[in-house]
Amino acid sequence: MRGDFPLFPDSASTIASQVDHLYFYLLAVSAFFSVLIAVLVVVFAIKFRRRSEADLPPTIHGSLLLEITWSAIPLGIALSFFVWGAKIYFRMNRPPDDALQVYVVAKQWMWKLQHADGTREINELHVPLGRAIELKMTSEDVIHSFFVPAFRIKKDVVPGRYSTAWFQATKAGRYHLFCSQYCGTNHAKMVGWVDVMEPIDYQNWLAGGGGSGSLAAAGAALFQQHACNSCHRPDSQARGPNLEGLFGRTITLSNGRTIVADESYIRESILNPTAKLVEGFQPIMPTYQGLINEEGVLELIAYIRSLQHPNSSSGTRMLPPTNRMPAPNRPGQETGGAPGSRPADEERKP
Amino acid sequence: MSAEMTPPLVDAPPRESFLTAGYGVKSWLLTRDHKRIALLYLASITFFFFLGGLFALLIRLELLTPEGDLVQPETYNKLFTMHGIVMVFFFLIPSIPAVLGNFFIPMMIGAKDLAFPRLNLLSWYVYMIGGLFTLWAVVHGGVDTGWTFYAPFSTVSSSSHVLPAAIGIFITGFSSILTGLNFIVTIHTMRAPGMTWFRLPLFVWSHYATSLIMVLGTPVIAVTLLLVALERIFHLGFFDPALGGDPVLFQHLFWFYSHPAVYIMVLPAMGVVSEIVPTFARKSVFGYRFVAYASVAIAVLGFLVWGHHMFVSGQSVYAGLFFSLLSFFVAIPSAVKVFNWTATMYKGSISWRTPMLYAIGFIGLFTIGGLTGLFLATLGVDVHVHDTYFIIAHFHYIMVGGAIMGYLGGIHYWWPKISGKLYSEGLAKFAAFVVFVGFNLTFFPQFILGYLGMPRRYHSYPPEFQVLNVMSTAGASILGFGYVLPLAYLFWSMRYGRDASSNPWGATGLEWQTTSPPPTENFPVTPVVDWEPYEYRPKKEVAAVG
Repeated sequence: MRGDFPLFPDSASTIASQVDHLYFYLLAVSAFFSVLIAVLVVVFAIKFRRRSEADLPPTIHGSLLLEITWSAIPLGIALSFFVWGAKIYFRMNRPPDDALQVYVVAKQWMWKLQHADGTREINELHVPLGRAIELKMTSEDVIHSFFVPAFRIKKDVVPGRYSTAWFQATKAGRYHLFCSQYCGTNHAKMVGWVDVMEPIDYQNWLAGGGGSGSLAAAGAALFQQHACNSCHRPDSQARGPNLEGLFGRTITLSNGRTIVADESYIRESILNPTAKLVEGFQPIMPTYQGLINEEGVLELIAYIRSLQHPNSSSGTRMLPPTNRMPAPNRPGQETGGAPGSRPADEERKP
Repeated sequence: MSAEMTPPLVDAPPRESFLTAGYGVKSWLLTRDHKRIALLYLASITFFFFLGGLFALLIRLELLTPEGDLVQPETYNKLFTMHGIVMVFFFLIPSIPAVLGNFFIPMMIGAKDLAFPRLNLLSWYVYMIGGLFTLWAVVHGGVDTGWTFYAPFSTVSSSSHVLPAAIGIFITGFSSILTGLNFIVTIHTMRAPGMTWFRLPLFVWSHYATSLIMVLGTPVIAVTLLLVALERIFHLGFFDPALGGDPVLFQHLFWFYSHPAVYIMVLPAMGVVSEIVPTFARKSVFGYRFVAYASVAIAVLGFLVWGHHMFVSGQSVYAGLFFSLLSFFVAIPSAVKVFNWTATMYKGSISWRTPMLYAIGFIGLFTIGGLTGLFLATLGVDVHVHDTYFIIAHFHYIMVGGAIMGYLGGIHYWWPKISGKLYSEGLAKFAAFVVFVGFNLTFFPQFILGYLGMPRRYHSYPPEFQVLNVMSTAGASILGFGYVLPLAYLFWSMRYGRDASSNPWGATGLEWQTTSPPPTENFPVTPVVDWEPYEYRPKKEVAAVG
């Protein structure tokens, strides 16, 4: 048995101290009422103990005033918990705009993490100190949950959708990453570490990390490989919607509804293309379920995200990697790019 | 006064009782007497309690060391799953209602039996058939989904005996529905003359509220498990996203029943405490109507808070907001009950008999369980403690510290009436003390573990969590010993205990107005009620009335 055993967790994110303050408030109120009830019960039990079998205490039926008092005071206190807790919860669910994106794919029983520059990690996440990190997470099989106690964050990672969590680390160090949603045999082994590094160390780590091209570039390669551009083209004969500038835009569907083209929408459109059809297009796209895995989908999303309109003013976006790719496919060209052959994709499997 | 209305029976040696009405196996297995059926349940749930306890013991032994070194991970996962299934569906849910409720609701309202005696016997058989399915699953290798059966793990991923276990729970659910139905009809139609709604013992009120949940909630878990079975067998896509389903939908359906189910477990225990406290304080319950209404309020509000199990599941942030607010509302009637029990003791004449020790233990532990529930209703804090040992500690304070303390208190309170015998008071007090100490040592460290971040359902854990786990395992051993003691001395009392009088505690309920143990028909003459609930009058006045 180890000599040191902590009674309180590390507090290493901007949200952690906020959660702790509320926790201490809850503890104080709970301690007050527990002690109050315990003292009253014990004191009454002793003070009013039966002294003779003939004892007959006075009849007291109740008191409306007391009933109202001990309903209203707890209700007021409970509402203060509610408001304070809701505030923190909203902050937890609203990532800052300038957050660094990290993609998380969970599977039985490991965490696969991908940085925007293409660096991949398994069961270990390196992040810079003082920078908000946004996690976009999905699962390849069952529900998992991303839990870093030192950051006081937790979010279920659900198959078939993206969930989001974020944190900003405030203290360099190495912190437990747990899967907290029971996910089968080796649930307890689905653990890892989050390494919070000084920004300079983080840059060095990234440089030596062997990131083999950005996520968007990998997505561009997949895009080519599956010949997506045979339909998704900017010209007027395109059989699929133009993807330039698509990400984050509001689009109109064939049933008249409008939807924001976010990660979940793009993911669904790749795996189940006819679920939400864009106005003016035919349901001709085949599904890529089973052909492109969750990591591949994330790469495609990163690629589509990087495609801005040619006249877009955004200078921070990377150039459409198609410019750097050899020999763009022509419409109808079916060599090597058909769904089904995905050597590059296979290689990336850990 | 009531006690004097049946003077020939008081302290008269029982001539004929429900226990002596027949001796053969058939006289038990085909009985329609609610009291005998209650004892059939008592034997069955005691078996399941110790089975579930055995699983718990193995879980705690595994967690003595950080490495997963006692059993394989598959085995560990099956142990906590079977512990949960057996304890929730086969012990806690039937415990107080099917044993004490079955036995005493008809007696408390002055009836000869429940409204549907044959249905009552059927309930027990249905329960046993469900139990056999689940036992089959245990014997043939177990099930590893957790008692929560979360999809898509349960429908796609798990290769264990999910179906037999789910079928067992599905079938047992019908026993719960039938019992609830029987109670509701009985309470509406079988009350003795003069037994108005506001003269009902609070035990009956709390069972009325419990029965509402049983009848309205249980069908939902049945449907949910049916959907799991259909997805497993026929690959119909309800929950698995690969088949077009929604895994979060499962959680909505599951908790729509399983959160109210918590109140099925704890409301009856509150009913027991509401009987014990006035009896041993010799005083009417403070704020009788508020305690009665609080039971109904808990049952109704309890149906509206299921989403607080899903704050990190990805349900909408605004849904989370509403479920959080409603969860705080459901805490208020529970708080009202605690304050009223405490106020009942004020200026009472308090006797420290065993049932009262359990009731006091219940008040303390339920208070801690309820207050820590507020941490979980608080959105920002729940995110951190969700699915950690904090939750494990919280719901064990409610289900073990609350429901089982209430159950044991009730067993000790009514044992003289059920068996006609007195148990050893010294031994019983000692056991109550052991249970209280063992319980707190087991579960209090788990609050600290949870805030530290130890996730639930972990077969192995980081070494810095070991000290608290060792404390917890030590406590569990003490707790286990505390539970074996009553089994021993209650059995012993059946043969060697002194005969109990009709009303050894000087209680006011109708069940104490007849012999111990009661005759098959409960009362020689249908009682007429002309007194208020828990009415204690000065002795002289009683004598005058008598």
